[in-house]
Amino acid sequence: MKIYKNTGNIDTRSGFGAGLAELGKSNPDVVALCADLTGSLKMDEFKDNHPERFFQIGIAEANMICIAAGMTIGGKIPFTGTFANFSTGRVYDQIRQSVAYSGKNVKICASHAGLTLGEDGATHQILEDLGMMKMLPGMTVINTCDYNQTKAATLAIAEHEGPVYLRFGRPKVANFTPEDQKFEIGKAFQLTEGNDVTIIATGHLVWEALEAAKILDEKGISAEVINIHTIKPLDETAILKSVRKTKCVVTAEEHNFLGGLGESVARTLTLNYPAPQEFVATNDTFGESGEPLMLLDKYGLNAKAIIEKAEAVILRKE
Amino acid sequence: MDTDNRKSNDEGLCFIINPYFWATYKILIYLMSTTQHLQDFVTQVRRDILRQVHQVNSGHPGGSLGCTEYFSVLYQDVMEYSKDFDMDGKNEDLFFLSNGHISPVFYSVLSRSGFFPVEELNTFRKIDSRLQGHPTTHEGLPGIRIASGSLGQGMSVAIGAALTKKLNKDSHLIYSLHGDGELQEGQNWEAILYAGSKGVDNLIATIDYNKKQIDGATDDVLPLGNLKKKFEAFDWKVIELKAGNDIAAIKGALEEAKGLTGKKQPVVILMETEMGNGVDFMMGTHAWHGKAPNDEQLEKALSQNPETLGDY
Repeated sequence: MKIYKNTGNIDTRSGFGAGLAELGKSNPDVVALCADLTGSLKMDEFKDNHPERFFQIGIAEANMICIAAGMTIGGKIPFTGTFANFSTGRVYDQIRQSVAYSGKNVKICASHAGLTLGEDGATHQILEDLGMMKMLPGMTVINTCDYNQTKAATLAIAEHEGPVYLRFGRPKVANFTPEDQKFEIGKAFQLTEGNDVTIIATGHLVWEALEAAKILDEKGISAEVINIHTIKPLDETAILKSVRKTKCVVTAEEHNFLGGLGESVARTLTLNYPAPQEFVATNDTFGESGEPLMLLDKYGLNAKAIIEKAEAVILRKE
Repeated sequence: MDTDNRKSNDEGLCFIINPYFWATYKILIYLMSTTQHLQDFVTQVRRDILRQVHQVNSGHPGGSLGCTEYFSVLYQDVMEYSKDFDMDGKNEDLFFLSNGHISPVFYSVLSRSGFFPVEELNTFRKIDSRLQGHPTTHEGLPGIRIASGSLGQGMSVAIGAALTKKLNKDSHLIYSLHGDGELQEGQNWEAILYAGSKGVDNLIATIDYNKKQIDGATDDVLPLGNLKKKFEAFDWKVIELKAGNDIAAIKGALEEAKGLTGKKQPVVILMETEMGNGVDFMMGTHAWHGKAPNDEQLEKALSQNPETLGDY
């Protein structure tokens, strides 16, 4: 089994900040907007190097989203930055009308997604954002797994014409994807080869899926791990190719099972190749305060949970 | 007496041969013809509004009629724009309609200003039309740069477009229109605070101050208070336009507003209009906010606005 090396724990939001800083130098049309969370979103480098292209909007996310939509008229590529909760639920109607329906080239960049925001608790731990964003026609939805991938995705979405939701997080997590790996929207990476079960994971749970695959391997179960950074458009080819081989699948995400990656995968399978599926996701619940790793354990969003679901889904194969 | 008469005759002769007289005369004739053209334009737009909403028995004639003069002056006399529509709108003035429900007046004025064929007004609110109930970019209608309808978003959008104009070193202006009832949406005040605090001074927002909304008078639904003082408190330049259905007054207010741009403050025109203007039985009430006239009412309304530029 292919083993991935963690080159050092670092937060995915720093990958966004690094990507944005690079875009500042390489693309004069890129502008950045922030709603009073510049430090949290790691937007300082862009702000310091390009003050004329950085717009501090204040604590007014609705205004920020629509200003961003307006800024596209005249050729700018706005990147908005705030927490995932305030990037989506708080401004859903603004995104729906002024960005998605209007087809504007706005990049909604959202940090602190999911339970791993930790101690701030459920008011800030959004677990519904992927669902809300993927339901919007024309919206591209991306959830990156580590620093390198988040940086690469940030660079890639600037080249993509159309609205994008880019989701990343707060905690320091393993950085394991190659620094020079090209990011292609809608193109998944197969990380390991296996025959017994497919594990399709997104965001922080990709590393947990790799950890799970190692332990499963020791137990004599070979798992094929797929890193599916793009939730929409979904790489159905990669999913079907793997599941046709393994005949069962576990999906893993830091999100409610309702509206998340798992449901998108289930639809793909139902239409093309029905197969048993188990969901590693929150079970229609809000989160709570606590340390990120303890929360992931309590809500069943880690390697241990993935292993349990993998063993369960293999038993369901005919 | 004789001396006085001769002097008077000399002065009269001087007056006739004076080149300044002729220049003034030409300007007067031009203004009269422009005014006549605008008057005809306004009357025809009113007919278009009434016929559009009547045909599909839905839509918003009241606010549309109230803003007919504003749209006509803006698109026929004030804004610099290209009729070859381009979404980016570089090197031209841009307009954003925030209260998208008054789409009938927007569509009529856009078509009669050359953005798309006037005959297309026939498709208003019908299936497979580019003229959706509320304006949208989605069907690719020339002249529309953002969807509106869900209220309260247009001020922010206009600010965004204004910021891009500045980044692009484009000295053209951004115009926007908002309902007065729409100001009850909180996002407006985020936008008003931003534009005032950050000195977005290439923006001329206009409030359709008809003091009415769906459920009745704004004073009964949720009073707006002293809008002038509120905007001034947010560091805006405020122009009070009392005669918001008078072509010359609108033109004067917009020219005054243009003169106030570029001075580190956004500009707002509080334009007092009459909902349903130009149709006697639609004026002085909020009843025609979102209601179409029946056949008989249409005939009566059209008879008060005889055809000028040709019906679609």
